[in-house]
Amino acid sequence: MENLLITILLTSIPILLAGLGELVTEKSGVLNLGVEGMMLCGAVAALGSVLIFGNPYIGILFGAVAGILISTVFSFFTITLMTNQVATGLGLTIFATALTGLIGEPFVGKTAASLPKLEIIFLSDIPYLGKILFSNDILVYFAIFLIFFIHFGFQNTKIGIIIRAVGDNHDSAHSIGYSVKLVRWISTSFGGMCAGMGGAYIPLALTPHWSEGMTAGKGWIALALVVFASWMPIRLLIGALIFGGITILQFVAQARGWDVPSQFLNMLPYLATILALALISFKLRHNNYAPACLGKHFLGNK
Amino acid sequence: MIEFTPRKIQSSFWTILSPIISITITILIGSLIFKILSYPVIESLYQVFVSPFSRPDRIADIFVKACPLIIIGLGLIFCFKANIWNIGAEGQFILGALCAGSFALLFPETKTYTLLISMFLIGFVGGAIWASIPAILKVRLNVNEILVSLMLVYVAMLFIDFIVRGPLRDPMSFGFPLSKVYPDGAIISKVDFPFIGFLGQFHYGIFIILILCPLIWFFINKTLPGFQIKIFGSSSRASEFAGFNKNKITFYVLLVSGGLSGVAGVIEVSANMGRLQPEVSFGYGFTAIIVAFLGRLNPYGVVIAGIIIATAKLGADNAQMVLGIPKVVTGIFEGMLLFFLLAGETIQKYKISIRKTN
Repeated sequence: MENLLITILLTSIPILLAGLGELVTEKSGVLNLGVEGMMLCGAVAALGSVLIFGNPYIGILFGAVAGILISTVFSFFTITLMTNQVATGLGLTIFATALTGLIGEPFVGKTAASLPKLEIIFLSDIPYLGKILFSNDILVYFAIFLIFFIHFGFQNTKIGIIIRAVGDNHDSAHSIGYSVKLVRWISTSFGGMCAGMGGAYIPLALTPHWSEGMTAGKGWIALALVVFASWMPIRLLIGALIFGGITILQFVAQARGWDVPSQFLNMLPYLATILALALISFKLRHNNYAPACLGKHFLGNK
Repeated sequence: MIEFTPRKIQSSFWTILSPIISITITILIGSLIFKILSYPVIESLYQVFVSPFSRPDRIADIFVKACPLIIIGLGLIFCFKANIWNIGAEGQFILGALCAGSFALLFPETKTYTLLISMFLIGFVGGAIWASIPAILKVRLNVNEILVSLMLVYVAMLFIDFIVRGPLRDPMSFGFPLSKVYPDGAIISKVDFPFIGFLGQFHYGIFIILILCPLIWFFINKTLPGFQIKIFGSSSRASEFAGFNKNKITFYVLLVSGGLSGVAGVIEVSANMGRLQPEVSFGYGFTAIIVAFLGRLNPYGVVIAGIIIATAKLGADNAQMVLGIPKVVTGIFEGMLLFFLLAGETIQKYKISIRKTN
């Protein structure tokens, strides 16, 4: 049982990290559909750097930087050149899937070192809870920290409120003197960094070898999760854990010898995403939490 | 500071020019990538863009490769014109192939023409049903169609995998995940050109484009529903004032585009594989999105775009064989091409000037 809960937590980390980043991006009014592509970039950069330098922490760094770099391509086209955000995000995923396939080819069949577990003294000795919550790798702690950081950031800090203002009404934000485009660039880069780290977590902690398109739709699930969480960081954690649980279900089923074809179990995360989006729509119908300027262009010369 | 001023009149000249410029820039950056990866630039470009034209059978194969891309792309025109983002064509393609294939395998005794015609119909319905899921969710619950249609791609891939490993597996396939071979009547045969004979894999299914393309052009440009789709896509408020039924448009564009993807799936499997297998599509549904954009959402443009992209795809296969360049590079080109095409749209819509800030 303990192990099961730990596995669920670990499985949910990539979508949690990517989802948190995308949440910040979307709060500033930018819809970046390239999460899947950015995660792949993070994954391949992390794996490659670990194979070269041997240190998994370097992998996190490279994953984050790769995510930022690829997200600037998106920012340049959508924010500066004002291209369609949906199509550009899609293009980013197509581009990054191919690029990472090319870069990752020499890594096929090689195994990367995993992130070490860091036990927090005293806390990790708490029965049950200690093992689940306080003896994990650094990115788990970071993800949990990030949830509260973003939550309080949006509620209580100036920068958080500026981001929200830009995302909800860019004309007003502009007229009181904030640079809408700059705020959006930064928020999108933050999203890229988180997606890169989320992607990096896959080879660094879950499956330590490269395969083309290894994120298998996690980026898209993260996008859905942001809607499901109604743009609230703490709900994102709940959503990510549910998805972690559903993904783990297939391994449980295999271990217990349930007589369900594996393909149907593998479908569950995707079907659950659709179901979750349908269910949350009832709620969003009465109160639309989406940032008012999500996906809208800002001309910037009024 | 860069300044964008909306243009009152959008030049139609630019509509044709922008894909050409985009392709040129993509090739230039592509050459740079080849250079960085230390492959011979001229030889690489020759393999990717020219070698597919080097023999008559290779030219014929361009059309074979372009066929599914064009048919899916033609369907996507409806969605993208209406500003509905169906990115799950890959799944609709698989479902169309799977439904039609199951019918052919379960009723192999059906007469030849009846069988093929029923397969086309069933394929269309299969693809349309798959697309109706995001359509219904969008219309009834305002659920984002992008995410739903994409999630269904993964579901479709797993579903066909289950079918060919389980219920429809050929007991004589020595454990390979393959269905039985289709009955003769379900196979789309290759074209036997007079005096020349067979050319590559060129098959009769390709001729369907000759019917579809003008038909869709006529529908979009000369009929009221086509007009409604265009208005709805360019300004949903205007279309609301005009009293157009928003839900109906959303529902039908998704259905038609799903159906055409399904038909593409039927043709691809019946003409080139002759049986069901776990992998029936090789990213055609995603590539077709680029084809639709490169063709500027014009049916004839889509045909040309499909041929261009198919050429590059086949060329990349050649480049892999001759020079060892991994064929995923086409994906890099496709992504870049889409970026530049979209940037071209900005230039078409806005006048860009640079102003000094004080």
